[in-house]
Amino acid sequence: MTQSAITTTALTKRFGNFIATNAITFDVAQGEIFGFLGANGAGKTTAMRMLCGLLRPSSGEARVAGFDIYTQTEKIKQRIGYMSQKFSLYEDLTVKENIRFYGGIYGLSNRQIRDKTADLLQRLSLEQEGNMLVKALPLGWKQKLAFSIAVIHDPSIVFLDEPTGGVDPITRRQFWDLIYESAAKGVTIFVTTHYMDEAEYCNRISIMVDGKIKALDTPAALKKQYGADTMNEVFLQLARAKS
Amino acid sequence: MEPIVVQNIYKQFGNVSALHDISFTVGPGELFGLIGPDGAGKSTLFRILATLLLADKGKAMVNGLDVVKDYRAIRRQVGYMPGKFSLYQDLTVEENLHFFATIFNTTVKENYDLIRDIYEQIAPFKNRPAGKLSGGMKQKLALCCALVHKPSVLFLDEPTTGVDPVSRKEFWDMLQRLKEKNIPILVSTPYMDEATLCDRVALMQNGAIMQIDTPPAIVAEFRTKIWAFKSDDMYRLIRDLRAHPEVKTCFAFGEFLHVTMTAGPEEVSGSLTAGGHTGLVIKPANAGIEDVFMALMQAQTQPV
Repeated sequence: MTQSAITTTALTKRFGNFIATNAITFDVAQGEIFGFLGANGAGKTTAMRMLCGLLRPSSGEARVAGFDIYTQTEKIKQRIGYMSQKFSLYEDLTVKENIRFYGGIYGLSNRQIRDKTADLLQRLSLEQEGNMLVKALPLGWKQKLAFSIAVIHDPSIVFLDEPTGGVDPITRRQFWDLIYESAAKGVTIFVTTHYMDEAEYCNRISIMVDGKIKALDTPAALKKQYGADTMNEVFLQLARAKS
Repeated sequence: MEPIVVQNIYKQFGNVSALHDISFTVGPGELFGLIGPDGAGKSTLFRILATLLLADKGKAMVNGLDVVKDYRAIRRQVGYMPGKFSLYQDLTVEENLHFFATIFNTTVKENYDLIRDIYEQIAPFKNRPAGKLSGGMKQKLALCCALVHKPSVLFLDEPTTGVDPVSRKEFWDMLQRLKEKNIPILVSTPYMDEATLCDRVALMQNGAIMQIDTPPAIVAEFRTKIWAFKSDDMYRLIRDLRAHPEVKTCFAFGEFLHVTMTAGPEEVSGSLTAGGHTGLVIKPANAGIEDVFMALMQAQTQPV
């Protein structure tokens, strides 16, 4: 049996009277690409922050990379990577400085950082840009670099929060090549996106509506269940049903 | 004269050519889309048309008024929704709306007809600070504020970026209804699927327009044959197809890969089956705007 990378049972977060995440239960297998979808305000970010060990749940259980999200949050942080469109790299540091900085944070040795830097720059064809400030890079390169840095410490899970917003269609697909490549190496990918074609690239998808998981299955099974041709139709049917 | 006329606009920021020889017109009641990723030059163009930035070269007219000489008059006539949320976060929904009406020497009541449809959707939250609204709600409020002075031209810079698919659909439905009021709308988006909701579009990349036409005409003009591929192991399929000598391009497109080839599909499928691929599906695919956009990007070999 495949070991679970993430397992949650009735995971709940309340803010006052408001239930942001309402008893969600799901498993993500190691090496799986798991799409975590939902409308704005459906509770995705709250759930993700709990899974990253940044927010204490109100009730329910969850383990991430085998660690408990109440008592072992520091262990979790060492074993996960995180990247979002809003927070990724330090713009005023160079490409190499960013790699060194994050490598240092995750406790890599100087030697490991040196090897990783060379490897990463070569894989992204950024050898010439190593000493450039990150803010001078095109957005698409920044995002690919941010992803590579998010997995620099070989995490077992990487959380991606709308990683591809605003980039051109070719770069968006190159970004997914990186995701596939990591997943093939056994890294679990937990990703949110508003591009419904990207939902199709996931092994399984959950769709959150008003704090609850309303659907969870493979893209093919969901399309069949809702009689839809595309994930966009599935999403519209589910997310619209609430109002 | 057409409500929006842009002629040979250039804008340079340091070494970066933000806009390169941009020309197009938008007709009365037309919904015109600027389609392209971040960095294409869309926002720079909006800022020039909204009289907030001077072009280096070229000319632009809004309602027959020059964006440089007649900037004061233009500012009174256009509705502009910038890409970054620019309402007062600490003011409530209602306060923001009244504030923008007052700035333009009008009242919400006077032009309520124009915004009723949209405002009614956010009215239940009218006492909530704008900063506490969800993404979709913020965009609806921003649209109301851009419309409250009854503009004769509407500029919307990426109104649906970062907004979920349901709110995006609602927003475009609202634009279709606004069109009926005969207001020309210039709207930008990085979502290629939204191109088909516009009357005409300009496909932009690296500060240049790669093509302008109606979405059906753009797709019809695209002659390259595209094939859709699928198998049980998509990641390996991508790698195998890209390594195949007869394959020109291979991109993921939802459930399928879109592939262009120098040979027929049977020659490629033979080697895939021999390579152990199971569940192989190959069928002709219809090109969409995104296929065309990517082909044009690759043709635009170097930044202008």
